Amino acid sequence: MSAVLEAQGIRKSYRRREVLAVDRLALEAGRTVALLGPSGAGKSTLLAVLGLLERPDAGRIVFDGREVSAGDRKARLQIAAAFQRPWLFKGTVGENVGYGLALRGLPTADWRCRVAEALERVGLGGWEDRSALALSGGEAQRVALARALAVRPRVLLLDEPLASLDPVVKLRLAQDFARLLHEDGMTVLWVTHDHDEAALVADDVAVMREGRIVASGPADDVFLVPGDPWAAGFLGLEAPVAGVVAEVEEGVARIVCEGVDLFAVAPVEPGARVRLGVRPEDVVLFEAGANVPASSARNRLACVVRELEPAGVTFRAILECAGVRIAARVSRAAARELRLAPGAEVLAVFKATAVRVAEEPSSHEGASG
Amino acid sequence: MNLFLDAIGEGVQALASGGVDVWEVVATSLRVSGAAVAVALVLGVPAGLYLGMRRGAARNVFLVLANAGMGLPPVVVGLVVAMLLSRRGPLGSLGLLYTRPAMVIAQAVIAMPVVAAVTATAVASVPVELRLQARSLGASRWHEAVLVLKEARMGVVAAVAAGFGAVISEVGAVMMVGGNLEGSTRVMTTAIVQYTRMGRYGPALALSAVLLALVVAVNAVLARVQRSAERFERS
Repeated sequence: MSAVLEAQGIRKSYRRREVLAVDRLALEAGRTVALLGPSGAGKSTLLAVLGLLERPDAGRIVFDGREVSAGDRKARLQIAAAFQRPWLFKGTVGENVGYGLALRGLPTADWRCRVAEALERVGLGGWEDRSALALSGGEAQRVALARALAVRPRVLLLDEPLASLDPVVKLRLAQDFARLLHEDGMTVLWVTHDHDEAALVADDVAVMREGRIVASGPADDVFLVPGDPWAAGFLGLEAPVAGVVAEVEEGVARIVCEGVDLFAVAPVEPGARVRLGVRPEDVVLFEAGANVPASSARNRLACVVRELEPAGVTFRAILECAGVRIAARVSRAAARELRLAPGAEVLAVFKATAVRVAEEPSSHEGASG
Repeated sequence: MNLFLDAIGEGVQALASGGVDVWEVVATSLRVSGAAVAVALVLGVPAGLYLGMRRGAARNVFLVLANAGMGLPPVVVGLVVAMLLSRRGPLGSLGLLYTRPAMVIAQAVIAMPVVAAVTATAVASVPVELRLQARSLGASRWHEAVLVLKEARMGVVAAVAAGFGAVISEVGAVMMVGGNLEGSTRVMTTAIVQYTRMGRYGPALALSAVLLALVVAVNAVLARVQRSAERFERS
């Protein structure tokens, strides 16, 4: 196991209300974990506990295999954080980026060099002498990241780093930050409430609700087949479909689910009990009975529209076929053309590669609610 | 009007010729009040830092005391310090009564709560998240305090100005513990009282003008510091 930083059995209460009850969260070396959840789920508190900025009431924080606490400055010096607001200090951009380095007693020459390098990395090369408090939101957030990167931490904690930015800047920064952290092989905890941002940056995802982690694992798994119905709803998915693998042919599994056969490309064995999910944007709708040409889209389900809800610029249609419910994202134009409405019949088509499959743990079935 | 015109004429002459001990009195004032503010800074800034950074019951009590201390009547301070330093008082053996050090002590007592309270207000306005950010970059408690003081530096400058303003124009305490002795403990305010009593409005007016000019100058410097630092201020 290569966890750099790990929280074990963390409990924390404020005024007798339990705000954290996390059994385990591990940050593996070189990977980015997105910690997702609604406001008030305890994400920031968990980040503060992991960053040794707050003491938990119970539990252990293990750093490089050694138990550490908030008083352990040696461990703290290897962790850096950036928050939703950049919280730049009065002074120049260079002084801000160099703050952590100055605390570590770096000689001036090295200091300058590292500051210049960190600013270069975030796309603000040569900005050392500008006032830190006269920057735009996006620039300030870049400086905040440079300040954290400059100390070359083993672990980087980012608490909603892009939440206060406008959508255009946000998307660009998410892409930039993700690329940068990936290049550096940095171990990162990225707290956010935005699925798209999480999907963009994360290798692994943990979903929090009311102080607990309700779903976690590799990003693709969590985003497609979250084990927890609430987490599925939070991520904009229908609850995963349960099924049994009937046969596997050339890597394509035929899975029997509630009276419907679904095809999925997945490394599973016949007889395995699995959970399946399809991202709404992978589902294409046609008129019922339409003659769709043969293609790699193996799954064709004659469905009934159960619900149609607006989701920003698109519609989200909840479809039912026998006992299987899936969601589809439809453009406004397509919804008009197909005359989508509750009760309408449509043909839902999606590729076998779009179906995500997770094997159900074989034991303890039905043990929890 | 003749009274004023004559007094102004006499005052200008006093300042220009140096015939009266006007400049010596001004120098004593600056020395005594400067030293008092320096002492108040050394004690008041750490106290203000503590009051501004901590949360809790003890802190609230001290904050109320510091705020109340801003309105401490100088004559009361003068009385208590005079009693302490009097020959029969507990510090009487030091022989400090009617000396400049006694005046510095009294004025420092007056300035300290002002410096502490103004510093505390400035320090408390530094967002707690900023301190968390510093800690997350490896700051110790000491580093955190230094950072907070740097962030609140305009407030500390204001505290110095407020403290200086409170003592330079104060008359009760210096009169009681200094005694207004010519050539040693006579300062601007006590001299103004003295000249006025004697009906010598000219030198009194001249000293008043210098006192006013000093207060304006201190505030001008403060404004200048604030302006030059605005570039790096949080909006």
